[in-house]
Amino acid sequence: MANAVLTATSDERVSTRNPLQKLLVRPEIGALVGAVVLFVFFSAIAPVFLQPNSLATVLYGSSTIGIMAVGVALLMIGGEFDLSTGVAVITSALSASMFSWYFSVNIWVGVLFALLISLGIGFINGWILVKTKLPSFIVTLATFLMLAGLNLGLTRMIGGAVATPSISSIDGFDAAKAIFASSVNIAGIEVNVTVFIWIGLVAVASWVLLRTKVGNWIFAAGGDANAARAVGVPVTKTKIGLFMAVGFCGWILGMHNLFAFNTVQSGEGVGNEFLYIIAAVIGGCLLTGGYGSAVGGAIGAFIFGMANKGIVYAQWNPDWFKFFLGLMLLLATIVNLIVKRRAESK
Amino acid sequence: MNAQQINQQTLLKDEKDPLTHTPVHLLSLDKIGKHYGNVIALRDVTMAVDNGRVTCVLGDNGAGKSTLIKIIAGLHQHDEGSFKIMGEERKLGSPREALDAGIATVYQDLAVVPLMPIWRNFFLGSELTTGWGPFKSMDVQKMKDITLKELAEMGIDLRDVEQPIGQLSGGERQCVAIARAVYFGAKVLILDEPTAALGVKQSGVVLRYILQARDRGLGVIFITHNPHHAFPVGDRFLLLKRGKSIGYYDKKDITLDELTAQMAGGAELAELAHELEQLGGHTEALKEVQAEVAGVADAAAESNTKRH
Repeated sequence: MANAVLTATSDERVSTRNPLQKLLVRPEIGALVGAVVLFVFFSAIAPVFLQPNSLATVLYGSSTIGIMAVGVALLMIGGEFDLSTGVAVITSALSASMFSWYFSVNIWVGVLFALLISLGIGFINGWILVKTKLPSFIVTLATFLMLAGLNLGLTRMIGGAVATPSISSIDGFDAAKAIFASSVNIAGIEVNVTVFIWIGLVAVASWVLLRTKVGNWIFAAGGDANAARAVGVPVTKTKIGLFMAVGFCGWILGMHNLFAFNTVQSGEGVGNEFLYIIAAVIGGCLLTGGYGSAVGGAIGAFIFGMANKGIVYAQWNPDWFKFFLGLMLLLATIVNLIVKRRAESK
Repeated sequence: MNAQQINQQTLLKDEKDPLTHTPVHLLSLDKIGKHYGNVIALRDVTMAVDNGRVTCVLGDNGAGKSTLIKIIAGLHQHDEGSFKIMGEERKLGSPREALDAGIATVYQDLAVVPLMPIWRNFFLGSELTTGWGPFKSMDVQKMKDITLKELAEMGIDLRDVEQPIGQLSGGERQCVAIARAVYFGAKVLILDEPTAALGVKQSGVVLRYILQARDRGLGVIFITHNPHHAFPVGDRFLLLKRGKSIGYYDKKDITLDELTAQMAGGAELAELAHELEQLGGHTEALKEVQAEVAGVADAAAESNTKRH
């Protein structure tokens, strides 16, 4: 082995990988193929789908899933997942709204309070996980139930109703709405600000994942936590940090919900956690961790957005949406699996 | 072959090291003990590691080898005895602390993340960065170049540092891990059963890297259950059995046969011979085992007389 001539240019054991094959080993390839197929499909059967305004709507729908999918994808690459995200988004919105309303303070105080709550939920999830070494399924399922109960219970206790009072008259509302829930006019098309936040988050997450040492630690923590720990990677800090990043994404989405609708229904959010996980899985993140990409999660969210709105544009009964989503999940993950095996065996 | 009969006069306790004549060892363990609850995993183990020397730790499964290296590598803490690094009493709280003290470990299960590319694995936990503050990013090109160069210097000819490390053979992965430890300035290199899962040829390659690491001035701790692998490269030999030290030798005080005899365990062989005899029939096998028992007894007697 050592006697073999070391030549960087030609080695008989290396068959040159063509660019197509290089592309095929990317984690998000299955999702990308799925997204293209879906796009062509809806463009063909529903011409409305291709209109700029429809695309902006699709992007908005995708962004409300995609913002969370960024955090959830990172967390899954880090080897854990979070079932409490759906209700944690509502918890964040409720915290901001109720805090500002109850104490009659500027809405920004409430927004910051909500940020602390969201990061705190992430921290507690992560801390319990690393301390007890219980599976994240159990830990976050418990958090999910507790938060769902707290959302309902505290909202009724403080406000006396199942929804929060409208906050549109509280100081600072307009500025906050401009940041979290406005829309930007691009060439006559109203694009919601969440689309830009989403793209920004994906870019930052991709950079962190691929170009920083923290990204290296995330892959390692999910790929083999013991091996990572043995070479000095702070695995517990990485995992807690990931849960807090999910919390941060939940805060952004929570603030968007709050300022888009002025009021929050305390019972909402249940079930959404699966949409975020589905987006990440369709995007090529392995459930077992150590493999995936932030861009994949974004494509997964985009598939979700297209399917969700495309069914409406095609004038089908929206009842079919869930079936469609399930089918996409199954197909995309099977494609991911096959493509990955093929590419690796070559 | 009775553990009680072996006194520990050859142990390097508060003496000058007969090999290097330095008063301070790179690492020295004195009467180290460790228990998990009421299970005693290790007791009374004494050994030393020096620059440019290979200390072999030999023992069968469950002899306490893994516990011993986990203590040195900072994964576990000892309960008894003293553990000194450069003469300074230490208790390592984490693998990071061990690494900072210059102790690098190459584990049996290799401590690599199979899905990650070779270069990411090479620099895992010690990534090179450029830039400032929150914009600090990894110096990817430099890390790839160094990985390729370091591996080539160890005589490892790799195709592509971008490929997942899980695609390499066991021997190659072992070598990447050794090269990584050497590059990151390890003073002490712990190799946990590096040849256990390898074929004859691949084992030879790994043994050569052990010698290369030694020649670069590292203190090497080589853990194995194979005396044939340990003897050619080792300078000192610590034998463990059921969590206890049953002997600690300089190379000049022991031969390969004696080492094998100590490892093989004469009592177990005698028992096997007895069982075969009772079963009857297996004459040839019985003869072989009896010859083996005789050989072990001779070698043990020899090594006992040598030490007194």
